Amino acid sequence: MLPLADVIHLAITGLAQGCAYGLIALGFVLVYKATEVVNFAHGEFMMLGAFAVLAFSEGLGWGFWPAFVAGCLSIAVVGYLIDAQIMRRIIGQSSASIFILTVAFGFIFRSLAGMIWGWNTLSLSTPFDGKISVGSLDIATDRIAIVVATIILCGLLYLFFSRTRFGIAMQASSQNQLAAYYMGIPVKRLVSLTWAIGALIAAAAGALLAPVTQVDTTIGLLGIKALAGAIVGGFGSIPGALLGCLLIGLIEPFADYYFPAIKGVSAYVVMLVVLFVRPEGLVVQTFQKKV
Amino acid sequence: MSQPMLEMRNIETFYGPIMAIRGVSLKVDEGEIVTVLGANGAGKTTLLKTACGALDSRKGQVLFQGREIQCRDPDWVARQGIAHVPEGREVFPFLSVAENLAMGAYNRHDRDGIEQDLQTVYDYFPVLRPMREKMAGYLSGGQQQMLAIGRGFMSRPRLLMLDEPSLGLSPALVTEIFDIITRLNREQGLTILLVEQNANVALQISARGYVMEVGGMVMDGTSQWLLESEDIKEFYLGKKDEGVRGRRRWKKRKTWR
Repeated sequence: MLPLADVIHLAITGLAQGCAYGLIALGFVLVYKATEVVNFAHGEFMMLGAFAVLAFSEGLGWGFWPAFVAGCLSIAVVGYLIDAQIMRRIIGQSSASIFILTVAFGFIFRSLAGMIWGWNTLSLSTPFDGKISVGSLDIATDRIAIVVATIILCGLLYLFFSRTRFGIAMQASSQNQLAAYYMGIPVKRLVSLTWAIGALIAAAAGALLAPVTQVDTTIGLLGIKALAGAIVGGFGSIPGALLGCLLIGLIEPFADYYFPAIKGVSAYVVMLVVLFVRPEGLVVQTFQKKV
Repeated sequence: MSQPMLEMRNIETFYGPIMAIRGVSLKVDEGEIVTVLGANGAGKTTLLKTACGALDSRKGQVLFQGREIQCRDPDWVARQGIAHVPEGREVFPFLSVAENLAMGAYNRHDRDGIEQDLQTVYDYFPVLRPMREKMAGYLSGGQQQMLAIGRGFMSRPRLLMLDEPSLGLSPALVTEIFDIITRLNREQGLTILLVEQNANVALQISARGYVMEVGGMVMDGTSQWLLESEDIKEFYLGKKDEGVRGRRRWKKRKTWR
């Protein structure tokens, strides 16, 4: 049996990892709910975010926080333009074409990042380096930063979607796009804005995770685990996606510890089990339409 | 004579290769209630969707207060002052009643006016008032229809287009909703284009009517005249045991005189 200190250590690692997955999954779910497109390049927004923050902070010497804000905002602009200029033209085509297109974007983003920043692993220094000691336990501060940032971002998003006119209109257009059009809501602009928000959160996750994962062109692949988490939670539900990602994040370090032979596979195992046992996911949100 | 509120000229709309509307013209004057009657698949809903921009017509023009509005995005058309209450309610199921109504007023910024109109909607539909915070998906069909009409009203439109407001409602509710539609027209001066299968109630409250059949207009006239016409009586009101041309038979060919 594992000593308690190690259990806590693994749990905190997993919690932080789960939060990061959750931030990425939020973007998946938001974009899916708004457009019914699963954006397989979403993880790359996270990768690009990490690189952008790195470029601003180390390339331009802006310091972490200004670079963080500038990096996330520039990825948000990328997300907005991807939808406004490209995705909008393909909406209505078969989902296979859309799938291939988003996968292709993933490749393009990875290659672009490699061409611009090189293929080596870089490291981003954040103000979160260091550790807190609680008794005999050392907790890395960057992990805590991820958890805190996730809570703050989720709170802000909740307020945005439930209180502001834009946020409620975004909900409205995801629930019934045509009716939203009839209300005079500029649905196209709001959809692009949803992409921007998703990309922004992913970029933030990338920058926050940088001390853990380092920064290279392959870290966007974490997005696939976030997708698995979103599926576990019931795709289309935001609380579900967060729950699913936390679950996967928490299971992962323990599974890797006990079954080192299949390191990194546990997320998909959990996803498969959930799909077998409860294919609609842990949290279901459906309404039967009244006639 | 001032220009009509809405005018459609020789509209042709296609679903892919299928011509759903074949050269339809229609006119709605300010302050009028105009009905479009027709059976399932006659093209009534397509006509409204063409008018509001959800479908693009291949030929013809849609004029709103004299200005061409065909083939524009529906959100743009809505901002010009046309509110479309779609068939089957289409409320936002996970938003509360109040939020649904607020979405109707999305493009308005006069806070006092919005608050006042909100009270007006609750006055017209008192059942909605205690349900303000309830999710719209939990409302009954009739309440959802009321919410959809109220939501359309909240944009303070010049023209309200209603697509089968009687669909799936009990006769008592149909009467109630049509009373309110009449009051909206009289008290708020709202011009209304009404699409219906329920010929009797629709013609009772409207000034003029059009009859559509397989994508074309087959009749038009004042509602009074339509109510008394033999064809309407026979095809829509089912009042005749005996057709004008002898006994009415099952599967008898339907011809418009």
